[in-house]
Amino acid sequence: MKALYNYLKEVAFAFVSLANGLLLTLKYFVTPWKSIITENYPDNRNNPSVADEFAGEVILIHDENNEHKCTACTLCQLACPNNSIQIISKQVETEDGKKKKVLDKWVYHLEMCTFCKQCIDACPQDAIKMTNSYELSCFDRSTLTKILNQPGSKLKEKPKVTAKVQE
Amino acid sequence: MENPIVTPSELKTEEFVVNIGPQHPATHGVLRVEATLDGEIIKDVLPHLGYIHRGIEKMTESLGYKQSIFLTSRMDYLSAHINNHLCALAIEKAAQIEVPARAKAIRIIMDELQRLTSHELWWGSCAMDIGAVTPFFLAFRDRERILELFEQNTGNRLTMSYIIPGGVMNDIRPDFVPKLKELIKSIKDYRKEYDQLITGNFIFQHRTQGIGILSKEQAISLGCTGPTARASGLSCDIRKLYPYDGYEKLDFKEVIDYGCDNWARYVVRMEEMNQSIHIIEQLLDNMPTGEYRTKLKGVLKLPAGEYYQRVESARGELGVYIVSDGGAKPYRMKFRTPCYSNLGAVKPISVGMKIADLMANMATIDLVIPDMDR
Ligand code: SF4
Ligand code: SF4
Repeated sequence: MKALYNYLKEVAFAFVSLANGLLLTLKYFVTPWKSIITENYPDNRNNPSVADEFAGEVILIHDENNEHKCTACTLCQLACPNNSIQIISKQVETEDGKKKKVLDKWVYHLEMCTFCKQCIDACPQDAIKMTNSYELSCFDRSTLTKILNQPGSKLKEKPKVTAKVQE
Repeated sequence: MENPIVTPSELKTEEFVVNIGPQHPATHGVLRVEATLDGEIIKDVLPHLGYIHRGIEKMTESLGYKQSIFLTSRMDYLSAHINNHLCALAIEKAAQIEVPARAKAIRIIMDELQRLTSHELWWGSCAMDIGAVTPFFLAFRDRERILELFEQNTGNRLTMSYIIPGGVMNDIRPDFVPKLKELIKSIKDYRKEYDQLITGNFIFQHRTQGIGILSKEQAISLGCTGPTARASGLSCDIRKLYPYDGYEKLDFKEVIDYGCDNWARYVVRMEEMNQSIHIIEQLLDNMPTGEYRTKLKGVLKLPAGEYYQRVESARGELGVYIVSDGGAKPYRMKFRTPCYSNLGAVKPISVGMKIADLMANMATIDLVIPDMDR
């Protein structure tokens, strides 16, 4: 008799516990807006909720005069753990006859980048930053190797140097 | 004519081998488990590793100390912050770098948030292995909010590379603390839903209670750590035993259960989530101000010698052993990962059980495959 009582009690408890869990499911079934965290992704492309700080791809900052701050010191190349950066520099002769190293190509291999931000951290000139772009996939692997300095761009002269030129 | 009926004594069953994995949803990664069965009873379990071996320890030998940190987030990707923290601590200990108080507080908050996300994910996938699908969605909903916070403050969602020697990569946003306070409040509400849905569930209780017994002696001899060992009554919380970065000043309990079974492991992890929330709350009210980072030289060199550091990851004791020859690159970097030792417990707790229990056992041990394979 006792065993039967215990058995029935257990069955009753089982049903109660299952109903309890189902109640929660039912709650979300009738009030789904309480827990929606998904986004209508391709539809909200114009207004994505990606944080500004999100580390997408690396870019070289250019100002409105098409000037950048990279001095081709290759510190970022050394800091990168997987050789995603290649700094190709060239020697040019300045007006006063001195040889100077300037940036020729800032090659960025997006396909090898792990978005670790070590290059941003290493750059002494704050010449590069990471954008929050996230749609980086493409059909052809070769398009992932990018040259970040825009054609015709040049090093931003420091104010001191421009003053000398004006003299 | 001969009688075709066979008597039961003549009936012979044959043992047969079932390969679970390497592509099986219940192994949560590329682990192959070779289970020898007699009918439904498990006779032997033999895990095969190596499907995701990336040679991280070898790769660190050709990278600098700063650069090897980003590799460690790829080991246990569910506790990436804690892995980074481990490396940063070891390097700081060796090079004697002082860390600002604000960085220490940020690190602990991030560690505990990471533990929360990890346990939430475990809760969802554990319930799914046992047969419930709804918890998975609830767990991902709550984890998503924490990941969003990570994204806003560290730049990445899964493999952060945020904690570095000398502090943290960048300061937290000014709205981090109010947002986290709000989040903590909602996490507390959601914890009640977890209990309503799974903890009190009759089927779940019967699938876990008294199943997968790992005695304390076995846990010690197998080198189990973390919630797996604490559920067998072994006190092994590194945050209590070898405190680092200010854990000694915080008030929290080491969760120990003596049940030794799957249910005990479940209870320990659920309670650890509460403890993590408690730790974060203490820090949020008095966040130290000031620097978040000590600037280091571009190339970091450690004095020649051997260094060992351990932290408590979401799965157990995580350790790193660094041998330095005084150069810019480590001579040897060896990681002691919790999942590799905990994997050893799968066999002793599964032999003699039913095949369906193997899934429950592996779920409650909380295996992360890239962590064992490295
Ligand atoms: S983010 Fe990391 S991997 Fe990518 S280019 Fe910079 S240093 Fe290299
Ligand atoms: S981006 Fe910065 S670190 Fe890299 S070469 Fe240019 S100045 Fe140097």
